[in-house]
Amino acid sequence: MESVLSGLSEQVAAARAAGHRLVIRGGGTRLFYGDPLPEDDSCAWLDMSTYRGIVDYEPAELVLTARAGTPLAEVEAVLDGAGQMLAFEPPRFGPGDTLGGCMATALAGPRRMAAGPVSDYILGTRLMRADGEVMRFGGEVMKNVAGYDVSRLLVGSMGVLGPLVEVSLKVVPRPRSEITLALALDEAEALRSCTRWRSRPMPVSATAWLPDGSGGRLNVRLSGNESAVHAGAAEIGGELLEPEKADAFWLSLRDQAHGFFRQRPLWRVMLPPGAPPLGSGRELHEWQGCLRWLGGTHDPAALRAKVRELGGWASLYHRDGALAASPAFHPLAPAVMRVQRRLKQQLDPGGLFNPRRLYPEF
Amino acid sequence: MTPATANAVATFPAPDLAGFLASIRGALPAECILACEDQTRAYECDGLPLFRELPPVVVLPEDEPQLIAVLNACRAHHVPIVPRGAGTSLSGGATPHPQGVVIGMAKFNRILGLDPERAIAIVQPGVRNLAISEAAAPHGLYYAPDPSSQIACSIGGNVAENAGGVHCLKYGLTVHNVLGLRIVTIEGEVLELGGEAPDAPGLNLLPFFVGSEGMLGMVTAVTVKLLPRPELARVIMASFASVEQAGEAVTRVIAAGVIPAGLELMDQRAVRLVEPFVHAGYDLDAAAILLCESDGTAEEVAGETSRVAAIMAAAGAIRVQVSASEEERLRFWAGRKNAFAAAGRISPDYYCMDGTIPRRHLARVLGAIADMEKTHGLACSNVFHAGDGNLHPLILFDANEPDEVERARAFGAAVLELCVEVGGTITGEHGVGIEKVDQMCFQFSRAELDAFAAAKRAFDPYGLLNPLKVIPTLARCAEYGRMHVHRGELSFPNIPRF
Ligand SMILES: Cc1cc2nc3c(=O)[nH]c(=O)nc-3n(C[C@H](O)[C@H](O)[C@H](O)COP(=O)(O)OP(=O)(O)OC[C@H]3O[C@@H](n4cnc5c(N)ncnc54)[C@H](O)[C@@H]3O)c2cc1C
Repeated sequence: MESVLSGLSEQVAAARAAGHRLVIRGGGTRLFYGDPLPEDDSCAWLDMSTYRGIVDYEPAELVLTARAGTPLAEVEAVLDGAGQMLAFEPPRFGPGDTLGGCMATALAGPRRMAAGPVSDYILGTRLMRADGEVMRFGGEVMKNVAGYDVSRLLVGSMGVLGPLVEVSLKVVPRPRSEITLALALDEAEALRSCTRWRSRPMPVSATAWLPDGSGGRLNVRLSGNESAVHAGAAEIGGELLEPEKADAFWLSLRDQAHGFFRQRPLWRVMLPPGAPPLGSGRELHEWQGCLRWLGGTHDPAALRAKVRELGGWASLYHRDGALAASPAFHPLAPAVMRVQRRLKQQLDPGGLFNPRRLYPEF
Repeated sequence: MTPATANAVATFPAPDLAGFLASIRGALPAECILACEDQTRAYECDGLPLFRELPPVVVLPEDEPQLIAVLNACRAHHVPIVPRGAGTSLSGGATPHPQGVVIGMAKFNRILGLDPERAIAIVQPGVRNLAISEAAAPHGLYYAPDPSSQIACSIGGNVAENAGGVHCLKYGLTVHNVLGLRIVTIEGEVLELGGEAPDAPGLNLLPFFVGSEGMLGMVTAVTVKLLPRPELARVIMASFASVEQAGEAVTRVIAAGVIPAGLELMDQRAVRLVEPFVHAGYDLDAAAILLCESDGTAEEVAGETSRVAAIMAAAGAIRVQVSASEEERLRFWAGRKNAFAAAGRISPDYYCMDGTIPRRHLARVLGAIADMEKTHGLACSNVFHAGDGNLHPLILFDANEPDEVERARAFGAAVLELCVEVGGTITGEHGVGIEKVDQMCFQFSRAELDAFAAAKRAFDPYGLLNPLKVIPTLARCAEYGRMHVHRGELSFPNIPRF
């Protein structure tokens, strides 16, 4: 594997010398996400999928270290074998999914609100800079405040600060027990319930609300110790879903394979807890009401203004022809954009990596 | 001035303190500007009095516009800034700059909002950590990170240091419990990082800012997540005849899928240090004792404590006791929580270190520290956040004895280097500050240190925010390298490094 890494370093250094830019690629399953790649031929691919393999895994330390090109499926299978898992339930889009792509996009699944953001679980990274040198930030320990937390900055960076070469993650034990309840609730009632449960000591690990003919349905998953799960179920009520059905349902959300996700364009809207219905009539809610998937045609500026007023942000997750040129991510406040651009310039001075993937200004 | 600060000061344009004072006089009430020695003396050090520096000026802004006026004046007159919360830093993060201003944030002391239903609070940075939990308590909520200094330290300081506490194994560090920050940059601009909605767009500045030790901006508001207070908590106290066995018990608890609310280890010297003061009932003959807390509903706690007690017994515990009442639980904890205070009572001075190691190296590291006691001629007791590998050796010394300060520092430096050698880090929660700048040369390559400096420039192009801290200069690492084995010759060649 060392020769694969030095090959990547050489490719990066050579691209810089030749004035080419590089588009970093893991398995290519997340390329749809973010701003479109430049269509001219000034960019070459940097294929990270060849740099793969789990480097270290000690279940009792709750830490796993793997190379960026390691298939996500392999990582999760190894964890599963030891009764552990990735806390943020990342989506799987295909066999090509890599750990590096997963961290660079920071997409999380149904467990996100209970688990926290993907960046909560990164302990260390290795990052390649434009001359091919590999830098190491953080490490393989749970508590580490030496230097700035560059590792967390890289989570969700869309590769604009350079290729992740290796990551160390905090992993968690699988819950001992898990059940799903279904409640017939309209949108406003569902949102109110989800908000109320935040301040209750209940192990809610996922929620999903979908409209149906009679108003709507809220599915609630509880995960944890048997006794806590049962106490929570008694408080929430509703109808118990069969385990196979429940698993299939949550997987269809995690992997965005549910029919709802076929709509184009598809917006991904993030809102503070307790935010009211957006009133579009065609929404799927996850994350205790904080993630709203929105189908149908919306004027990007108007939607974003409305969402901002509620304290959230909207990304254009899947485009269609009409919105092909719209930026994917919610625009940043000018002062924040200024600092972000300077960070990009400081850490990738030649603008070598993933031009425009995060913002056209990058 | 210590020799270390002397050479770095020279690289900044000369500050114009008179001009600075003249330009802020109109912007802040007179009582918020302290410039005579009897007023500024109180700010000469933080929780690490090994480093002292009398600040020429201290300002105590009352609100954001005043703070912005101060920052603008600092920029105009090249005046270096040291932000200060409650001054409890154990790494000299708030040690003043000899030619700069200390900006004390104590007057930013209001809770701006607390929403019990949504379990979110917005507080100013000068609010004390414990005050947040106290305000949330009537609603059955609390703020989880609980550094031992929680009655004194400020949430702004917690953000700057990414502070932890005995419950962070289960509930996370500051970074895991902060949802949003409002900061003012050196350019006088207000930035909102993160927010109440999840996953803010753009580069992930929120967790990057947490732990940045006052070097990237001034925090003016913090949005924190509150948690429902668990119904019940119980602590198991287990004694072991060897540190290895205690370490093995920790490994088995976690391997069994239990994440306890707290999991702490004290070695024999620490136990003997605290027991006479707290009468916790610790086993004075044990080589190590473990405290393991379970919290949740009554059923959860009952289930978890019986599983953990069985694991401890199987791992060779010589005594296992579960707290039978809240009073007893607090008594079991009292020794751990007062370890520093007890050290202060038996020794004129103590120096608290803060390395993290992969837990599997615990016994080895404690063995090596015992050897170092002989080499440096000083005693050391160890308390350990065993669940997450964060080690706090307490080196006991007497600053009035010739060369004991130097020996304590050398001992401390050796412990930190050992942590790095076994794959850990020089600081788990106290920060690098001014104290561990040299050891940064040991843990990081030049490329990595350059990346830190580059990131700092993105926020602070003028290099005015808490200069001299965290990031060593090239010259300083060269000096350090001459005196120490470089990491190319580390004793753990199997840990890949570039
Ligand atoms: C007895 C004792 C026990 C301790 N126990 C623990 C523990 O269990 N866990 C732990 O993590 N720490 C512990 N500490 C260390 C210390 O309490 C923490 O680091 C704490 O977070 C510091 O907070 P403070 O308000 O005192 O900050 P200060 O000491 O005033 O400053 C710390 C750093 O924060 C910066 N800063 C402060 N306020 C701001 C602001 N508003 N904006 C930007 N930067 C700012 C300063 O420049 C400095 O770099 C302990 C300290 C003592 C004395």
